Amino acid sequence: MALTTINNSAAIALAASYCKVDVVASYPITPSTPITHELDKLYVNGGFPKFIPVEAEFSAISSLLGASAAGARTFSATCGQGLMLMHEALFSTAGLRLPVVMAVANRAISSPLNIWNDEQDSMCQRDSGWIQLYCKNGQEAVDTVIQAFKIAEKAMLPAMVCLDGFYLTHSVGQVDIPDRDKVAAFLPPYKNPCVLDPQNPLTVGAYAVPADYQDFREDLSADLEASARTIEEVGKEFGKAFGREYGLVEYHNCKDADRVIVTLGSVYNTIELVADALRAKGEKVGVAHLRSFRPFPAADLRANLGGKHVLVVERDISPGAVPPVYAELSEALAGTGSTVSVAAGLLGGREAKRQAFESLFERMKQGKVKGWFCSKEKKL
Amino acid sequence: MLAEIRFHGRAGQGMVTAAELLAAAAGAEGKYSQAFPVFGSEKRGPPVMSFCRISDSPITTYDQVSEPDIVVVADPSVLSSVNVAAGLKKGGIVIANCNCKASELGITDAKVFVVDGTKIALEHLHQPIFNTVMLGAFIKITGLVKMESVEKAIHEEFDEKSKAMADENVDAVRACYELAKKD
Repeated sequence: MALTTINNSAAIALAASYCKVDVVASYPITPSTPITHELDKLYVNGGFPKFIPVEAEFSAISSLLGASAAGARTFSATCGQGLMLMHEALFSTAGLRLPVVMAVANRAISSPLNIWNDEQDSMCQRDSGWIQLYCKNGQEAVDTVIQAFKIAEKAMLPAMVCLDGFYLTHSVGQVDIPDRDKVAAFLPPYKNPCVLDPQNPLTVGAYAVPADYQDFREDLSADLEASARTIEEVGKEFGKAFGREYGLVEYHNCKDADRVIVTLGSVYNTIELVADALRAKGEKVGVAHLRSFRPFPAADLRANLGGKHVLVVERDISPGAVPPVYAELSEALAGTGSTVSVAAGLLGGREAKRQAFESLFERMKQGKVKGWFCSKEKKL
Repeated sequence: MLAEIRFHGRAGQGMVTAAELLAAAAGAEGKYSQAFPVFGSEKRGPPVMSFCRISDSPITTYDQVSEPDIVVVADPSVLSSVNVAAGLKKGGIVIANCNCKASELGITDAKVFVVDGTKIALEHLHQPIFNTVMLGAFIKITGLVKMESVEKAIHEEFDEKSKAMADENVDAVRACYELAKKD
């Protein structure tokens, strides 16, 4: 393994070019701009055959929808308001079963305007039918982009590779860039079984009447759920080929833990540090990284965390209701004797000090926790 | 060994690049490193910070450096509006671009070093951009990375067409290295 000191965004773009992407369409928006910039730079230097310089994100995803239907392997990067602008076409891409892969540089959403990191942008696309994989560091982002093509093309579903804006998109560090030839061996060429082709005309995106529409939605739902197996298989294959294995959820010291914090994204790293320090003092605490949010690995979580006190640190909200990861985790752990807690917050770039996570673990000893995390107003 | 470094300056002065060059230099020496910025609304002028971590072992956290071992203040004008020593570890190091005495900065419980980086920037780069300049003082005072690693990182930052600019920056780093006093 040879480590390269590189900006994560450059590493992600390079990984996409090693995946032999045919068409890139991406519009710059902070903090996914460096990925778009690096993709464009690679295109100019022959890294991709086609880069469509679109005028907005809706065109980016729509172009890729078309390109993918024509049989191309496609990639984009966006975030925040850009992802919001794609919303309608995200559902179409999934419904048409087109394996577009896109990096999402998680960012807050307006209003008020904020360019900093949380995970509200991708969370509110959760019902779009896309696979959503979250990364806790730059290495995972690079590895997950490569895996995402294989997963998406096997499942015939689009996939988002979510990484925290700024924390991961703008950081320089050491990354093992997988070997180009090994990536080619890992990832077979993309073959869409029903390609738009003028020689063999067919209809893509046909009208579905009331008698049929629901059947398509049932299929989509079932196949997205079944893609969990594909994510696991591809994660194992990747481990064999590159030495880093991936699954649906990463569990750290959870087996004998009585208290576990579950989270997504780069904040996991800080919680792991805090949990390890508490472990050293004899506290039975663990941490879990929810790598796959779609499909939601309910059975996996139930098998590994059932009966424990599990708290979600969640960086998104659902105004007027409980936040989504908490809601889904509560359903997954129902009947196991688990207490499920939630601390939602760290929005728009608000950062928790390590002591705040220590306090959370401490607070869990007293029973269920539910409320805002790092709020100026309300103490948990 | 883990050294946590925080850079203070103003947007447009290359603070992000300073942290990245340092991370690249440390990486080239086989160390683990990390650099990332925090900035505001992406306009030139307001105070900005960037962070760098250098370690013998893999760096597994991405939170902001709130308790730095070393603080580099690249623009003297932020000293009046930003508490640059906030969270500095006891006995930590402050390296400030300032045409004054270290004792005049009013920072206690720290080893404070000053160097007139503005003078060097204007002489070598002909503009008030202090990022590479301050790396010269950083190398001299901390010894955390070697001069040749920073020079290599600077040359890699500029493309072939901008070699003259890279050379100017390397000269500025060297000049500031010479000017900075270790004690």
